Amino acid sequence: MVVGGLVPLVGLLLDARTGALGANPVQRALLQTGLLALALLLLSLACTPLRTLSGWTWPARVRRALGLLAFAYAALHFLIYLFDHGLTPGVVLEDVLERPFITVGFVALVLLIPLAVTSTPRMVRRLGFVRWQRLHRAVYAAAALGALHYWWGVKKDHTGPLVAALALAALLVARWVRAPRRRS
Amino acid sequence: MTNPPPGRPFEDPDEQERRAVTRRAFLRGAALFTGTAAALGGGLELLTRRPGAAPAPSAAPPLVAAPRALGPYDTAEPLTPYAQATTYNNYYEFGLGKADPARLAGGLRTQPWTVLIDGEVRAPLQVDLDRLRSWFTPEDRIYRMRCVEGWSMVMPWQGFPLAALLRRAEPTGHARYVQFTALHDPQQFPGQRGDVLAWPYVEGLRLDEALHPLTLLAVGLNGRALPNQNGAPLRLVVPWKYGFKSIKAVVRITLTRTQPPTTWSLAAPQEYGFYANVNPAVPHPRWSQATEQRIGEWGRQPTLPFNGYAREVADLYRGMDLRVFF
Repeated sequence: MVVGGLVPLVGLLLDARTGALGANPVQRALLQTGLLALALLLLSLACTPLRTLSGWTWPARVRRALGLLAFAYAALHFLIYLFDHGLTPGVVLEDVLERPFITVGFVALVLLIPLAVTSTPRMVRRLGFVRWQRLHRAVYAAAALGALHYWWGVKKDHTGPLVAALALAALLVARWVRAPRRRS
Repeated sequence: MTNPPPGRPFEDPDEQERRAVTRRAFLRGAALFTGTAAALGGGLELLTRRPGAAPAPSAAPPLVAAPRALGPYDTAEPLTPYAQATTYNNYYEFGLGKADPARLAGGLRTQPWTVLIDGEVRAPLQVDLDRLRSWFTPEDRIYRMRCVEGWSMVMPWQGFPLAALLRRAEPTGHARYVQFTALHDPQQFPGQRGDVLAWPYVEGLRLDEALHPLTLLAVGLNGRALPNQNGAPLRLVVPWKYGFKSIKAVVRITLTRTQPPTTWSLAAPQEYGFYANVNPAVPHPRWSQATEQRIGEWGRQPTLPFNGYAREVADLYRGMDLRVFF
């Protein structure tokens, strides 16, 4: 599944070679990796509600892979941005510190790092499930910041960001409604 | 919040992977691979459509005889490939995607085309474009073009100075600004069927900016008639300002006493000002303007004040704080 999830990356590289990324390939690669990161993050968040609602068990099994794929694409998105800015720390630092659009995207990525690091069963055992779960709630913040970053990145036509924000809101509501009763 | 609830065993995919690969597991893996690849790849394809094919080169006869020496305003930088300059366009009348204009601009009728020049002028006129073009000899101008989004091109325009046309209409002493209006026709402009911007597109210049010899009314690109997606049949080119100032498909030019509204500053006044001079020292609220991506090249290059035309135009803004009048 992780391998399958990396197929769009192969497509991206092939497109880059053939010039199918268009006149501004860097911009397009940024857009595609960013979109994949957010979509995968939302999909990983959909797993638990989907399992509870449907009774299926497979969503729980793919959840971690989706989360890690999301992190991989987010990291790649940031790397492309870094290379696009000539790897000049000054420019990037100024962007991160002074422009909220960049700040929220950067914070979202940083929030995902500890989650990716602690994604193995061994780390869950080491941290203890409760602490692990508390830590992994940061994924909501990351997704919300990611959606905001997407919203601010669009000059006009906020359809895409709106869909992402509504999906996130629906997923949060699904959890919130379910949480106190704790049915399973 | 203490323990995993009963009936919700903690899943351990690693454990499963370590087990011997059964036929069933293999099939499931293959299905997951195919499903994920198809869903993500297909979804991405749908969400960010590929740029359309490059349009056929214009069949129009050349506007000017071939090679020539560089003029005083020309840049010697390499031209942006024609195929990219005509397929990577911001032209929201046709759609929000950069490839939409090249794909959808075929339906625009650029003939007949009349331009109205009115307002604070002694000799208002409404003139057919063919007639208007016969008044002037097209000039070649190789200009840098800098988009507010951070990319740039080098474009070989053909056209005539806006000043030449304005003088024909004889501006009155009250004229201080020039307002430009683009064609409004949702039949021909699919993007105008929605209200992403307040149609028609309007732009404006101060009169001294409009009269500056760099300010061009373009009718051609690469020695041929202007492609529709690049603003045919008549567009403004103001090379020291961000690209959105250079309004396309102009049908009306009105001289005014007061500063006219401009489409992008109506849409987002905190991001797009009336002046929109290219200025690496004034960042856009969401990104730095210090560097730019030259289309067709790798890496970014520094953006120059007034897009490299400071020597020609900096005087126009003496005494103005360009952070305030951005």
